[in-house]
Amino acid sequence: MTKVRVSTCSLAGCFGCHMSFLDVDERLVDLLERVEFNRSPLTDIKACESCDIGFIEGGLCNQENVEVLLQFRKQCRYLVAVGACAINGGIPAMRNSIPISDCLEEVYLNGKGLANQLIPNDPELPRLLNQVRPIHEAVKIDYFLPGCPPSADEILNMLQQIVDGNEPSTSHKNIRFD
Amino acid sequence: MSQVLTIDGKDLAFDSGDTLFDVAQAQGIYIPHLCHHPDYPPQGNCKLCTVDVDGQSKCACTTQAETGMSVQTDSTTLTEYRRALTELLFSEGNHHCPGCERSGNCQLQATAYAQGMTYSSFKLLNPQRQIDASHPSVLLDRDRCILCGLCVRASAQEGKHIFTIAGRGSDSTLAVNSDSGLLADTNLSAEDRATQVCPVGALMVKQQGFRIPIGQRIYDQGTIDDLGNRRPQYHSPKSKTARIAGDSDD
Ligand code: SF4
Ligand code: FES
Repeated sequence: MTKVRVSTCSLAGCFGCHMSFLDVDERLVDLLERVEFNRSPLTDIKACESCDIGFIEGGLCNQENVEVLLQFRKQCRYLVAVGACAINGGIPAMRNSIPISDCLEEVYLNGKGLANQLIPNDPELPRLLNQVRPIHEAVKIDYFLPGCPPSADEILNMLQQIVDGNEPSTSHKNIRFD
Repeated sequence: MSQVLTIDGKDLAFDSGDTLFDVAQAQGIYIPHLCHHPDYPPQGNCKLCTVDVDGQSKCACTTQAETGMSVQTDSTTLTEYRRALTELLFSEGNHHCPGCERSGNCQLQATAYAQGMTYSSFKLLNPQRQIDASHPSVLLDRDRCILCGLCVRASAQEGKHIFTIAGRGSDSTLAVNSDSGLLADTNLSAEDRATQVCPVGALMVKQQGFRIPIGQRIYDQGTIDDLGNRRPQYHSPKSKTARIAGDSDD
């Protein structure tokens, strides 16, 4: 039986959704009978190949996030926005009502006890977006799984339903934004 | 002589002057609502209580019951309307649930769960709004205010007239009635109904934080349709043991 190929990645997130996914614990063994992981922190594969399902944690806070997301969308048949940051920017989006220059100056120039104040400007660093934006503003998202983070049960349930070819539904009792 | 109308196929008697919301509530029929509380005059601000009356959409809280009306409180279309309204409320403010003390005790969040909202399909506006932390025991975080006007009505009814909604359209904002415009220069107290009645995390008693952990809060126990519109019980900032009563208007 060919296995369903799954990729996961974190954009502007804290890896909390990935940590939550790891709480599937030994159920991962059964899961691996049916799915294989491509790009994911589990495999350390860095570039996503053509996949059946992509799970994205985190919103868009810099140019690199946008590039990775566009690449994911091209490679994945179904894309799932996982967690508060992917869905509405989450905690990083708390900077959205403050001008980006004010944020950078506060952190790198005017913060207490700073020596050699300098706003990082290495050309290798991805440039920040003015605001942290949800991923559905940039690409089509097939399914949304809210939570900060969603529980392992919810993540597994979503994955299994897509693998089974069912239209995933989050039970209303299980929707959580925190 | 009482009169009769139909709600969700049931014939119900009502008295003159009752609103559709009153009639449904007396029968234990839950109609989603955020800006209405039975202790205060209805204003029809949030439209969450929209019901179908003989094929027309009307606010249950501001519509007088009339003999012969046929009212439907629930349908796929009504849920879609209500979900869109809830998404709009999320898009209009800065609702960062994972960082909000009120998460789990918030009626806006609970309404979103009940309407099956998993994300907002409207652009998040991220408005810049002013926080008022000047008062020793009450915080006003306008980022989370949904302009329901309940604090305005509650404060007027307790004779203090501390709040008003100023501005128009998307510039509307909750204003404080003092020369400085700050809560510190009013006679508001943590015990006031005006402080307590806020359905979201905009007006909150300070120093509560995460005394009750996420996972054990009101809407972690059940849905708002089942539990009704509840508000948390606060610890009084004045004493370690005193509690300020929570409230339920379901
Ligand atoms: S502060 Fe709370 S009660 Fe007052 S208008 Fe805003 S949401 Fe309503
Ligand atoms: S509850 Fe009726 S309009 Fe808000």
